[in-house]
Amino acid sequence: MIDMLKPAVIIFTLLSILTGIIYPLVVTGIAQVAFPSKANGSIVVKDGRAVGSELIGQSFTDPKYFWGRPSATTGFPDNAMASGGSNLGPTNPALADAVKARAAALIAADPGNRLPVPVDLLTASGSGLDPHISPAAAMYQAGRVARLRGLSEDKVKELISRNTEERWLGLLGEERVNVLKLNLELDTIGR
Amino acid sequence: MEAAKRKPAALKGLYRQAIIESFVKLDPRKMVKNPVMFVVEVVSVLTTALWFQALLGHGEAPAWFIGNITLWLWFTVLFANFAEALAEGRGKAQAESLRKMRKETTAKRIEKSFCIGGGVRPEERCIKVVSSTELRKGDVFLAEAGDLIPSDGEIVEGVASVNESAVTGESAPVIRESGGDRSAVTGGTTVLSDWIIVKVTADPGEGFIDRMIGLVEGAKRKKTPNEIALGILLSGFTIIFLVVCATLLPYSLYSAHSAGTGTPITITVLVALLVCLIPTTIGGLLSAIGIAGMDRMIRRNVIAMSGRAVEAAGDVDVLLLDKTGTITLGNRQAVEFIPAGGIDPVELAEATQLSSLADETPEGRSIVVLAKEKYGLRGETVHASGDHSMHFIPFTAQTRMSGVDIHGSEDTIIRKGAPDAIILYVEGLGNKVSDGVHTAVDKIARSGGTPLVVAKNGRAVGVVHLKDVVKGGIKERFAEMHRMGIKTVMITGDNPVTAAAIAAEAGVDDFLAEATPEAKLKLIREYQAGGRLVAMTGDGTNDAPALAQADVAVAMNTGTQPAREAANMVDLDSNPTKLIEIVEIGKQLLMTRGALTTFSISNDVAKYFAIIPAAFASTYPALGILNFMHLNAAILSAVIFNAIIIVILIPVALKGVKYRPLSAALLLRNNLLIYGVGGLLAPFIGIKLIDMALTAVGLV
Amino acid sequence: MSGQGWIQIGLYFIVLFALIKPLGAYMARVYQGERNFLTPVISPVEKLIYLLAGINAEEEMDWKRYAKVLLVFNFLGFLAVYGLQRFQAHLPLNPAGMSAVSPDSSFNTAMSFITNTNWQGYSGESTMSYLTQMLGLTVQNFLSAATGMAALVALIRGFARHSTKNIGNFWTDMVKTTLYILIPLSLVFSIVLVSQGVVQTFSKPKTATLVQTTKDDKGNTVTEQVIPVGPVASQIAIKQLGTNGGGFFNANSAHPFENPTPLTDFLEMLAILLIPGGLCYTFGVMVGDKRQGWAILAAMTIILVMFLAVTEWAEHQNNPMVARGAAEAGQTVAGLSSAAGLPAGNMEGKEVRFGITNSALWATATTATSNGSVNSMHDSFMPLGGLAPLLLIHLGEVVFGGVGSGLYGMLVFVIIAVFVAGLMVGRTPEYLGKKVEALEMKMASLVILIPVFIILVGTAIAVVTPAGIAGASNPGPHGYSEILYAFSSFGGNNGSAFAGINADTPFYNTAGGIIMYFGRYFIAIPILAIAGNLAGKKKVPVSAGTLPTHTPLFIGWLISVILIVAALSFFPALALGPIVEHLMM
Repeated sequence: MIDMLKPAVIIFTLLSILTGIIYPLVVTGIAQVAFPSKANGSIVVKDGRAVGSELIGQSFTDPKYFWGRPSATTGFPDNAMASGGSNLGPTNPALADAVKARAAALIAADPGNRLPVPVDLLTASGSGLDPHISPAAAMYQAGRVARLRGLSEDKVKELISRNTEERWLGLLGEERVNVLKLNLELDTIGR
Repeated sequence: MEAAKRKPAALKGLYRQAIIESFVKLDPRKMVKNPVMFVVEVVSVLTTALWFQALLGHGEAPAWFIGNITLWLWFTVLFANFAEALAEGRGKAQAESLRKMRKETTAKRIEKSFCIGGGVRPEERCIKVVSSTELRKGDVFLAEAGDLIPSDGEIVEGVASVNESAVTGESAPVIRESGGDRSAVTGGTTVLSDWIIVKVTADPGEGFIDRMIGLVEGAKRKKTPNEIALGILLSGFTIIFLVVCATLLPYSLYSAHSAGTGTPITITVLVALLVCLIPTTIGGLLSAIGIAGMDRMIRRNVIAMSGRAVEAAGDVDVLLLDKTGTITLGNRQAVEFIPAGGIDPVELAEATQLSSLADETPEGRSIVVLAKEKYGLRGETVHASGDHSMHFIPFTAQTRMSGVDIHGSEDTIIRKGAPDAIILYVEGLGNKVSDGVHTAVDKIARSGGTPLVVAKNGRAVGVVHLKDVVKGGIKERFAEMHRMGIKTVMITGDNPVTAAAIAAEAGVDDFLAEATPEAKLKLIREYQAGGRLVAMTGDGTNDAPALAQADVAVAMNTGTQPAREAANMVDLDSNPTKLIEIVEIGKQLLMTRGALTTFSISNDVAKYFAIIPAAFASTYPALGILNFMHLNAAILSAVIFNAIIIVILIPVALKGVKYRPLSAALLLRNNLLIYGVGGLLAPFIGIKLIDMALTAVGLV
Repeated sequence: MSGQGWIQIGLYFIVLFALIKPLGAYMARVYQGERNFLTPVISPVEKLIYLLAGINAEEEMDWKRYAKVLLVFNFLGFLAVYGLQRFQAHLPLNPAGMSAVSPDSSFNTAMSFITNTNWQGYSGESTMSYLTQMLGLTVQNFLSAATGMAALVALIRGFARHSTKNIGNFWTDMVKTTLYILIPLSLVFSIVLVSQGVVQTFSKPKTATLVQTTKDDKGNTVTEQVIPVGPVASQIAIKQLGTNGGGFFNANSAHPFENPTPLTDFLEMLAILLIPGGLCYTFGVMVGDKRQGWAILAAMTIILVMFLAVTEWAEHQNNPMVARGAAEAGQTVAGLSSAAGLPAGNMEGKEVRFGITNSALWATATTATSNGSVNSMHDSFMPLGGLAPLLLIHLGEVVFGGVGSGLYGMLVFVIIAVFVAGLMVGRTPEYLGKKVEALEMKMASLVILIPVFIILVGTAIAVVTPAGIAGASNPGPHGYSEILYAFSSFGGNNGSAFAGINADTPFYNTAGGIIMYFGRYFIAIPILAIAGNLAGKKKVPVSAGTLPTHTPLFIGWLISVILIVAALSFFPALALGPIVEHLMM
């Protein structure tokens, strides 16, 4: 037993140092030098203040903003300290209730819009921090945002397409619109 | 062969006995040896108790339902027992016929060793008549014409013809003599003529026949390695399904609670599901398959000393086959007459035939036959062709030739023999042997044949080509073996040239020429070191080491006692070709197990579709969609199917699945189609039919 | 599913298969002690470790010693992870000031990480200090993966060798795996991840002012967002490569900091199958018959594709509750794309950047292997979309499976398939020239039996005890599915969850910890026993009578055996969960 213990302890210690200290430190070093912004959370700074991360969704409920994915995080929506989804099952009536509330809120904000609602505006994201909506979901809201901001719908649509991220190489993932960036841009062109 | 003789006369009695045995085997101490069926017995007791409870009015389900399920669960156990009992019964029936000759006999024990010797029958005063049970190893007894040989033994003196039909089923008497390879006698056989003095080699109850009886009765049957491994797998499945069914009760409690409707699954239904799922089909037939495998060997007159040997036979990679008797007909035969220059072939044939008329050796007879077939010459015509007197000269070791002197109007002197002897003889008479004859002799020798030169009146008239004749059909047999992945190796004492020629003709994969017992042993060890399993036959004492080394060693029943002791099988017919059949029986045994295992497990899929929707109908009616067979009495039908399938498959278990010599890949494909896919589909049909029948008789 | 979806899946398999051979060949060189392009750099470090540990790298172990050493080493890992959690408040690198983790949660997490399960009862961003994440969890991400690979290599040696007792040296297998395979791959991979936005820093959580204030569930106004960061990329790389799956954050790879773009998603999915796939090739090389490796890979891939088809199909259907909710508000639902005629699909619990196709693909890959990371919430999958991952775990985590553990589990199924098929061709079954006999069957039966036993019995206990029932968060059969999934994940060492389950309780933490332990070591030890027994056997040469184990027929048979064993073991349990849920939908 003792003859096993000595190499076990030494190898465990050495491999722990290698994989638990040296490895993350090396990665951190390279990351901080090569990609400092990304390595530190892709923080968006406006007027010298951090207003969020490009990658982390924020909750928008004001009709003059584009709304993002519904979020089921605890505490408050898009709570970055409590990432997670709703975990409501496909036969759970609570899901229907949540969707009903979301659909009703969308109608309340834009009573004239009877278009079918893109599914991503009705369903909670997996992380609760999804920074994106589909272009369809953005277009669905374009009329409302344009009206409330006194912008032309074309202008808003142009903003949407400017903030639309394509599939990687046209192949991977889905087209998407970064809601925080889009709303920040809306704010800069006037409210 | 002789199968009819071994077949039990009273089939009815056999079945009756098996039915009685099925109940006797319910003894839990016996059942526990078969874990799968033991589980069925335990749960049958459980549902029986539930049935009584239901009869008293406190049942978890209607009494008729529990009662029916219980009944069929008991049938499941009984059917499995019946299969085993039937297989054992067939073995016992054979043992019975063997035992008849083992009935106590008297023995003429020779008390004093000085009475033996000199080739004369011992005097009466040396002999004491005792019961055969008093004979002990090392005792010596006398057996004379009409005597039943009281014990296994080794002949120390004398020659006798013996009727061994009791053991072999072969009625032709065999010669047994002291020394050499035919010195062993078996207790229970009868001396027909002459007398022999025999030394006892086995104590009473340990003789050859006793062992045979023990083996065929299944009393001494040990589980074979593959059977053990399969048993473990089946037990593993049984435990899995026990867990599956046991945990289903809490799941169903939760589901009924959470759905707010329905009742939890009943114990009876869980038990029914369990019995349907655990591999009862193969579990119930497993021992029957093993016993039947031994039985099939015996039906082919092969006694395996252990089930392990039978199983190993299926694994054999290399067959070592003695050339003579196995690959070739025992003797060389004339195949061609090659006349010397200027000689009419008919003349040569006639001369040779004449010289061989009195030659009773197989070679001699084959010459007469060849002359008749090729040139229409009949020995009689020669006889009748004149007033001749014929004087036959027999073969002697000194002259190394034989022949005939015909005295008549003109004398004809014909000699035939080994080339060097005849050439010496011809040249001694001052004549020259033509180059044609020399060439022919060389050519025949090179091709592996044996040349005989024929001289007529002092002149070499031609050459007879004698050669080993490969048995008909053997080449195809070897090709089959080759396809099965079994390497055939011919063992012969011939020189390499001859051996190579015959090997090529017979289509064996390899040969060992100028074989000595040591070379044979070495060859076996080499193959085994390479990871191969070797089978061989042998009869001589000098074969014993190789037999002991080989994985499957078949001794000829005519062989010596040491050979039989060293082997793990004895072929009562002493037919070396039987090795091939033995391999097939071994394979068939394993295949039957594999096929029925696959069938048994495949069956479960359908049973789920039958039972699960019915079991949870009250909690989740939506599961009814899975009942696409639209069964009314799903659970009972599945249980009945599960029981009946055992009975239906008994013939397969006893006869074995069909074996065809194909490559492993093809065999797998065929068996998967039949027993895998068939096993998936059959229960859907069977359960539906049973359900329809139950509905028709108004049981549900 | 759209054409775009098909292309992504196709591309995924093409890139995967392109990488399997070179990686597999490289790993074979590493395990066979041959020189490779990293030898000049790594060999000195390797030798230094042996020197310091005082071990002779040439000295080999029999299976019993190999198993003992493996257990001792893993126990040290358990102690380290448990201790770090309990004492993290007093240890450095804790900028967020995390307090000690509870004993039951620490036990669960320690067991979870040494067994390569990486079930997370806790929520990473609010529980673990950086030191615990790095020195506890990241280390075990490496070492538990290396343990699985070491045990696999020992088994491969059992097949490849003959007439010997020894199956290798556990220490060198561990060190080589870590130094030559896991660290280099992780290093490269983590830098790529950072370049896409995965965070890698030791600074404390970032604070940002919200663009629009919001209200918390108590009605208070929230003006700030606290964004947790940390040394994430370095852990994500190995958690994917080592089929660990334990995320830095609660949302795992659905979290934008763990998986920010479609490219990282693609690469992280590739990383899940990369080493398990490569090991099939390594196996082929080491046993001297590459066809055998390809055959196993083919069987794995076919099963994966079958289940992928089910998941993709199911998730592309409309979620009935979403449709109902929208209808109740007088609305209809449209899909993500404007493509007409397609159902909207089930986006509940999924991220827009991945869409449905990549979420279903990930769910299939992560449960086929014992990875268990998620980029979408399985709990919100459609009943059959959730059934497929669940059943993949039930297959025994052998479809690619965990690094090492997947292939050794698969080889056990091969042994069983060979056994039954071998009987059917009338020979004592053999695989790679090794006869399959009673001991192999005993151990193989154990390997199959143990997961079934612990999963079903664990679930059974949970569904009848108040503490267990309390875990279910959804009503009806789905709540039962949550419990079944949790115990399946424990037993299969997967780590994913129907995450609605409230499992950070003493009951689930303790039961889960125990089951993960059995699910790992009570498989690994029988495997080593098989390895030791096989190594001692002679090798039977191949002939026409040998059952070929690389043909389509055998591959089909192997697949059937795996599916039938799992289906028979779990059908009743599944019938009361996802199956009935689907039928009731």
